[in-house]
Amino acid sequence: MKSNVNFATRLSDLAPGDQAQVAEMDASDPIARRLQDLGFVTDTRVRVVRRAPLGDPVEYEVRGTRLCLRRSEAARIPVRPEDAGAEAPS
Amino acid sequence: MTAAAAPDPIRLGLVGSPNAGKTTLFNALTGLRARVGNYPGVTVERREGEAKFAGRSCRLIDLPGTYSLDPLSPDEAIVNQVLEGAVDGVAAPDAVVVVADACSLERSLLLVAQVLNRGLPSCLVLTMMDELAARGGSLDRERLEAALGIPVVGVVGHRGVGLDTLRRLLGHPEQWSRPPVPPPLAIGERAAWADSVCSHVLHQRPGAHALTERLDRILLHPVAGTLVFAVVMVTFFQLIFAWATPLMDAIDAGVAHAGAAARTWLPPGLAADFVADGLVAGVGGVVIFLPQIVLLFGLLYLLEDVGYMARAAFVVDRAMGRIGLEGRAFVALLSSYACAIPGIMATRTVPSPRQRLVTVLVAPLMTCSARLPVYALLIAAFVPATNAWGPLGWQGLTLLGLYLAGAAAAAVVAAVLMRVFGRGVDQAPFTMELPSYRIPSFRLWVGQVGGSAWAFLKRAGTIILLVSMVLWMLLTFPRLAPDPAANPTDAARAALEHSAAGRLGHALEPLIAPLGFDWKIGVGLVASLAAREVIVATLAQVYAVEDEGASLREAVRRDVNPRTGQPVFTPATVASLLVFFVFALQCMSTLAIMRRETNSWRWPAFAFSYLLVLAYGASFVTYRVVGAFTSS
Repeated sequence: MKSNVNFATRLSDLAPGDQAQVAEMDASDPIARRLQDLGFVTDTRVRVVRRAPLGDPVEYEVRGTRLCLRRSEAARIPVRPEDAGAEAPS
Repeated sequence: MTAAAAPDPIRLGLVGSPNAGKTTLFNALTGLRARVGNYPGVTVERREGEAKFAGRSCRLIDLPGTYSLDPLSPDEAIVNQVLEGAVDGVAAPDAVVVVADACSLERSLLLVAQVLNRGLPSCLVLTMMDELAARGGSLDRERLEAALGIPVVGVVGHRGVGLDTLRRLLGHPEQWSRPPVPPPLAIGERAAWADSVCSHVLHQRPGAHALTERLDRILLHPVAGTLVFAVVMVTFFQLIFAWATPLMDAIDAGVAHAGAAARTWLPPGLAADFVADGLVAGVGGVVIFLPQIVLLFGLLYLLEDVGYMARAAFVVDRAMGRIGLEGRAFVALLSSYACAIPGIMATRTVPSPRQRLVTVLVAPLMTCSARLPVYALLIAAFVPATNAWGPLGWQGLTLLGLYLAGAAAAAVVAAVLMRVFGRGVDQAPFTMELPSYRIPSFRLWVGQVGGSAWAFLKRAGTIILLVSMVLWMLLTFPRLAPDPAANPTDAARAALEHSAAGRLGHALEPLIAPLGFDWKIGVGLVASLAAREVIVATLAQVYAVEDEGASLREAVRRDVNPRTGQPVFTPATVASLLVFFVFALQCMSTLAIMRRETNSWRWPAFAFSYLLVLAYGASFVTYRVVGAFTSS
């Protein structure tokens, strides 16, 4: 999948194994501010680690740490998907 | 010798994110001497402990775990308010100790930046340094001190490594270096600052934890993981029932012996009765909980320390979301299946105050083990011992049905309450971390279990004892002059009918007649308000039988209402009584623990009331419906 500037993609749209960069977040949303404090900062790389057996929540890796979010929260994070061949967070 | 006034202890506030090992560190530094309470107006726990560092008296304040000092709710705002000294009766700390997981430095620095902007003397404690090394990560501690401008200490909290260095540091916060300029707060700049610090300290990001990856491939696998989860939960319960029951029987026997011993030492009369039936039985009523509580907490803390609990919550979260709760609440409710007390205490792991409250309010609906003696009596006496379908008997099916009814009721009530309370924007987003699996520290585990068991004894113990006394008085006074001609069991029955409890039973009869209950059941219900299983012993006394086994079953089967000539325990009455026990909150200990966890009597009162209303309504409906089906 070619990476392109696509602000319509949300973190909740990604599948396990996908990588993306966090796009601009809505600064007026207090939940978005909290997500940023958790590491989902613009231009930071995030990787989808796994999904729970029932589909929700999903474990993500961002800024070297892992965290689980529900779909409703992940939907607040716009992302720019990366190519599958892009460098994994080392 | 005049003593100079002892200097006020140095107040050190511990700040850190929920999984950073802050509480482990707090326990390691203060021992089991922490004082637990509540902050005014919120439900978060207030924990403080004293310790001597470098010869000076210090008070450690374990502030609630938080990912950010930018609060989203009153519970989260407490951390800021305490740091500012804005909370009534809580002086601001003299210094802040930031506790962070060494394996998540890049994220933790975002919180460190916020703390450094508070202007208080601060130091940084990096925990789980062993795991950082094991996973191939590294950082230069001295460079980090230079970059941050504050002291930095690396520890392994649960193994006690590095604590001596830390203690020496904590004794002299006035000597801590301060950053010349606080880090930027705007998130974009804050993240860039954190990145530059990391590169300056030669930070090597740790790789994945090998054991955790291997285990999670199975334990979080959609099929295998769910299966393992089911097996773990079932085993959890089997262990509790298998191990707790013999211990509880032993305590029962012990209490009986103690009571008998009291009677032999004291002259027969009121004093002996009071000591044996009031005091000893009261204390026994508290102690009998201990095997279950210790076992439940032991297993709960073990699963949590190993790291599995977070996986269980992860697996089941979506199903819990359907009723408005979350995965961590599941563990609390599941524990309530054995006993609501540890279950309610376990709701501490649920961050959302609304969900925590709702979980506390529905925990009593889970079929706790105290209902078993009541169910056992009624099922054995009235449900035919025949097979319903293949090898499954009616008796077993009824018991299973009652267990499931409790859970179903809890789910429905939780959904309703979350709808009612949940008005308003929900607070912090659901976030949860899956910590690495680790071999837990035995000493730490013992401390956790002991601490929780002691908390139960202190709070619930006094209330149970008090209520047992009151109940004893209701069952004993006013006294009936003993009839020398009557045999002991008839005399006991007459005395009971004459007592305040007996009169209460008669007075209640018109109220409970619509449910199919007579005054004898009424007395049992009054007594069972303290603890459910008491109804069995009370009925034994009312029916003047020697034992609570076969004789009581026979007695209740044969009992006939003198006014109507009909059996007292018709199928409708039995069903109605069972349903009543499914719903009613008949446990003083539960109310006491609810009070402790919700920091007010309002919620226990609400729980008692709504459950009583539900019990009455459901009983009423059951009585009518079953009565209609079984009327000849």
